[in-house]
Amino acid sequence: MKMLTFAARNAKEIIRDPLTVCFGLGFPLVLLFLLSAIQANVPVSLFEIAHLTPGITVFGLSFMTLFSATLISRDRSTSLLQRLYTTPMTPVDFILGYTLPVLPFALMQCIICYIAAMLLGLELTLHTLSGLLLMLPVSLLYIGLGLLFGSILSDKQVGGVCGALLTNLSAWLSGTWFDLELVGGVFKKIAYALPFVHAVEMERAAISGAYGDVLPHLLVVLAYGLVSLALAVLLFLRQMKKQ
Amino acid sequence: MNAIETVSLCKRYGDRTAVDGLSLTIKKGELFSLLGVNGAGKTTTIKMLTCLTSPTSGDGLIMGSSITKDPAAVKRLIAVSPQETAVARGLTARENLQLICGVHGFDKNKSRSRIDELCALLGLESIIERKAGKLSGGWQRRLSIAMALISRPQVLFLDEPTLGLDVIARSELWELISALKGETTVILTTHYMEEAEALSDRIGIMRDGRLLVCGTAESIKQKAQTDSFEQAFVRIVKEAAR
Repeated sequence: MKMLTFAARNAKEIIRDPLTVCFGLGFPLVLLFLLSAIQANVPVSLFEIAHLTPGITVFGLSFMTLFSATLISRDRSTSLLQRLYTTPMTPVDFILGYTLPVLPFALMQCIICYIAAMLLGLELTLHTLSGLLLMLPVSLLYIGLGLLFGSILSDKQVGGVCGALLTNLSAWLSGTWFDLELVGGVFKKIAYALPFVHAVEMERAAISGAYGDVLPHLLVVLAYGLVSLALAVLLFLRQMKKQ
Repeated sequence: MNAIETVSLCKRYGDRTAVDGLSLTIKKGELFSLLGVNGAGKTTTIKMLTCLTSPTSGDGLIMGSSITKDPAAVKRLIAVSPQETAVARGLTARENLQLICGVHGFDKNKSRSRIDELCALLGLESIIERKAGKLSGGWQRRLSIAMALISRPQVLFLDEPTLGLDVIARSELWELISALKGETTVILTTHYMEEAEALSDRIGIMRDGRLLVCGTAESIKQKAQTDSFEQAFVRIVKEAAR
């Protein structure tokens, strides 16, 4: 009950921020349509719809990190959290209350991206649906990062780190905009040491039905997701105790 | 019966002592003000008593429940209206009150009747459907106090409740705080001497983490041999610095 009330409040705060809707849902769609238009005029295999959709959808989820981190850091900067810490709410209520409301937004964003992609020619198959299902661990990864950054950064820092740095890292190092093989070297090594390209390649493998290629990428995404969620919980509890 | 009892309460941050052996009793229904210059230890004391931070040593009892051994029980007895306005800015005033009802486990009917009751008590009817972030400072402060009163706390902590308010808003809040006396134990921190003098049953003055004096405004003035409470405060604090 306590957790659900808090989660409902967080959902309202997210929905009522117009930037959330514009960036979270609108921006990935604009990119999807724009790059598909480029592909229609100058065919590039990277921008073929089955190749492009996973990258854009994963990139869109980086905004979920921004939303959840902004919400937590804003709450920390006001006295609202301090007030709530003196109520019977438990640490679990806080952590689930911040995590759960972002999850439906993340999944809704993925579904909207996939529907738009279908309008642009992506086939609806069981593989596509399994790709959508695999967006769940990717969503948890990005929400975990949001909890993590929201627990340690101020709301201004969140704007810089999550709004600029993470979204760019998530784009450049995911192999969405350009083929990482073409860059190679240290850049490629760094990209494969991070989870973003694994999330995209896992999605591409699922959509194409190459399920044998899914598992190695899924393990990296899950490992990063679990580590970021665990770190987020620890750091949230630490700042709660530091009051 | 004592609402609050602290025994040698200490808080240290590294080699800095924020609260130094505070022993204090506050009776049930009393309005007690905690005064002191910045860094005196008022906020740290409040944070310990509200279980926001753990004491380094010593203990505090709220209506008999220990802040160190049973913080969950303490949290069911208290409420806090923090210094900064602690409202969810994107929610309406009603939704803010519903949020606090929810975190205290109220069902829909109980929430509705308690919110109606507080609306009438604090005159919130005209702003109840407006977004908290769009309200004036005075209304936000009033809403913040309403949120603290939702759970019918036995002990209410008000940290600088009238800071930054205009004269009218301050006088209205004074009336509201006075009305709570007797039923709810209120711990008030303030920098306004006239506020402490007008509202409090007893006042404690702190400096460098220690309680310098504790008594009624009259007894403090007598002790400092002056008719002005502000002068008495200045004398006592300066005397302790020597």
